[in-house]
Amino acid sequence: MNKNGLFALVFHGVFSVFLAAPLIIVCLVAFTPENMLSVPTLHFSVRWFVALFNDNGFTTAFCNSMGLATLAATGAALLGVPAALGLLRYSFPGRAALNGLLLSPLMIPPVVLGVALLRLFNEFGVNGSFTSLVLAHVMLIFPYSLRLIMASMVSLSREPEHAAMSLGASAWTTFRRITLPALLPGILGGWVLAFASSFDELTATIFLASPATITLPVRIYMSMTETIDPMVAAVAVVIIVVTIGLMFVLDRLVGLDKVLMGKN
Amino acid sequence: MSHSSVLTPRRRAFEFSSRALLLLLPACLLFIALLAIPMLMTGELSLHGFNSATSDVLATRSWHNYDRVLFDPYYQTIFLRTLGLALAVTVGTVVLGVPEAYIIFRMRPRWRAFFLIMTLAPLLISAVVRTLGWSILLSQNGIVSTTLVWLGLIDGNAQMLFSFWAVVVVLIHALVPLVILSVWTSLQGIDPQSCNAALSLGAGPMTVWRRIVLPQVLPGVLSGSLMTFALSASAFATPALIGGRRVKVAATAAYDEFLNTLNWPVGATIAVLLLLLNLLVIGVYGKLVERRIQRRLGR
Repeated sequence: MNKNGLFALVFHGVFSVFLAAPLIIVCLVAFTPENMLSVPTLHFSVRWFVALFNDNGFTTAFCNSMGLATLAATGAALLGVPAALGLLRYSFPGRAALNGLLLSPLMIPPVVLGVALLRLFNEFGVNGSFTSLVLAHVMLIFPYSLRLIMASMVSLSREPEHAAMSLGASAWTTFRRITLPALLPGILGGWVLAFASSFDELTATIFLASPATITLPVRIYMSMTETIDPMVAAVAVVIIVVTIGLMFVLDRLVGLDKVLMGKN
Repeated sequence: MSHSSVLTPRRRAFEFSSRALLLLLPACLLFIALLAIPMLMTGELSLHGFNSATSDVLATRSWHNYDRVLFDPYYQTIFLRTLGLALAVTVGTVVLGVPEAYIIFRMRPRWRAFFLIMTLAPLLISAVVRTLGWSILLSQNGIVSTTLVWLGLIDGNAQMLFSFWAVVVVLIHALVPLVILSVWTSLQGIDPQSCNAALSLGAGPMTVWRRIVLPQVLPGVLSGSLMTFALSASAFATPALIGGRRVKVAATAAYDEFLNTLNWPVGATIAVLLLLLNLLVIGVYGKLVERRIQRRLGR
């Protein structure tokens, strides 16, 4: 049962190369000393990272993305905790429908959400503003946040809360001193996952960002439609490093397997 | 409230549900303002006419755009291509993902954890980064075409990027982890003893796979392929960057109508139809999966 045959191992090897190849090639090309896309053979250079650091377009986009993801993930967590409490601790008519509504951004194609939001923001003359982008992202990433918060709430034991209440603590004190600390890993995990999703979001954002509020994925997309130079690869390496860092944090907080399994 | 009992008076239950409403209110307001209303507005927009000479949205409403998008060969090709792409990607992810999940499942625990994370990591890596890697690999002087020329399979001028099959390969790469993940979840429900029993009774590994493993992982295969289908039918970045202008799909067509030709009503029509296609597939396929699972449980 535990032994894979030769054929299986060969399949596994080819498959692993297939999965890893595009990421490895990006990391290699980013360190080329040449002016064009090439795989460095003898010499490695960080010149494209230096160039990237001095490139106004990419640094602005990076800062925009960081600010946007931080605000949107925080917003999603602030709305997500009460929403999860309302959905899990009370039963009322229409609860399942409401749960479906709040998770629906996962089911609707992002391009559809993008055009819908473009139409809305355009009607009010606020398209391209940072505030509208933050609000849109809070909605787009809300399901990720809500899912992890709900998952940690489901596995929460109610006994400490009942004990606190019976000892005379108010509902608010019980929440603040007992429930919230117990939920913290789930909330933070949801925050990190929401941050990562906002940081990577391209398809809806492309309709909503203006030159001043352009995000990193949109900036990369725009430059890729013209030409691909090693600087784009350098940006991609920065994104890979940020993502791996976030995954590591996520693994520590809630366990990566839980996050991935929770995704479907 | 249906859950009120002797211990919970009706008043208390009412107070409870109004508190739930209060807790859910902020999220609901956001979703009504930024999801429900814009979707309705998009549906309404798709009914309007468009004056291409002045780029104006006309005030008149009709089903004209739906007539045009559904029956004009140009848009028909786009939607058929989108369907074909989603089908090809779904078949590809299942053919690659199911055996790979089984191979990882049969490894020793230490390797298992390592390769599972390795396989699933691409899910969390940005789509733009993945696409960039593939466009470097598939470019004219890239590694893939150099290797294929060296093997004598293609001549030096063949263009790999900007083709339908390039988009299929890149989407398979992006989505195969989802199939592995959902097959993995059902593999964990298999009792290794039943496989050992079959082996000791003289069944070959292929028979064990076909008669014991496959039936048990089928729900996982179905739900994984459903996600793959829905996500590849609505994919945007990969068809746009790997396929270019020549491989236009529904999502990129909607983008072009909105941001290039500025024909918002037709763009909205494409978006609405894409959404309906997605919901239809999820609904029908979801029912199928449910029936399949129920039949298995009932047996």
